[in-house]
Amino acid sequence: MPDATDTTHRTFVSYIDRTREFYQAQGYSRAYQWAHFADVPFASLAKPLAQCRATVVTTASPIPEQPLVEGVLRGDKQVWSGATEKRPESLYTADLAWDKGATHTEDIHSFLPIARLEEFVASGRIGSLAARFHGVPTDYSQRRTREDDAPEILRRCREDGVDIALLVPL
Amino acid sequence: MSLVARHLEANGIATVVVGSARDIVEECGVPRFLFTDFPLGNPCGKPGDAEMQRQIAGMALDLLEAAALPRTSVQTPFIWSDDQSWRARYAQVEAGNAQQLQRLGEARRASQRRARLEDAG
Repeated sequence: MPDATDTTHRTFVSYIDRTREFYQAQGYSRAYQWAHFADVPFASLAKPLAQCRATVVTTASPIPEQPLVEGVLRGDKQVWSGATEKRPESLYTADLAWDKGATHTEDIHSFLPIARLEEFVASGRIGSLAARFHGVPTDYSQRRTREDDAPEILRRCREDGVDIALLVPL
Repeated sequence: MSLVARHLEANGIATVVVGSARDIVEECGVPRFLFTDFPLGNPCGKPGDAEMQRQIAGMALDLLEAAALPRTSVQTPFIWSDDQSWRARYAQVEAGNAQQLQRLGEARRASQRRARLEDAG
């Protein structure tokens, strides 16, 4: 049944448009250049899911001693890893751009699906969880993400024998 | 995060991005994308709703298994609320907050200048 949505416009939020307009209103004259590629790589599953080892990658970070400054993005943050066996009960998200007016991140399972994946391991849907999950900083610099962070995540995934990765940006 | 997906995938690790910023992910281009049309912050399901979270994680696994081509996007069936006003409110620019945003930008630029000076010093 149709709802009250205004369908004279696309219904989903364009975060590219919204971000550009938001920073323009703050006096920033040069708009951010978002990543855009024509070609996309593709790796088929090499074995059945029930034999695959899975990991999770998040943009959240461990709880810092001092609150991070919102909007600074990367700051001193680096790629980090945590033990899936000792999954955290909460992570730090206050510095990230998510909808703080509409929701909250107090339930870690709403953005880090490790507990849910454990259930899928128990039921045999996936083979196992890797020993570590990972965190990647949200960075203004795509070059640092491409040249430093992504290769570091790959290195850690290979060390752990990862076959599949769920990447979960907030 | 989409850049990480592309790098892992190019090196043989199958990935699925589970998220809510549809345009950002699709403009970048990723192998598999599970989209939930929620406010940013809860890409794995509503806080406190373990069953929804289970279904979303399950759909991410389905997508890993089923996708045959890159740029395969699937949207989950969940809606945030009958009240759709969150869409307009996020990072909203309107006459009422224009001056406040301008001041916010000036304050941030000043703080960044100070940080650069401290770094240089």
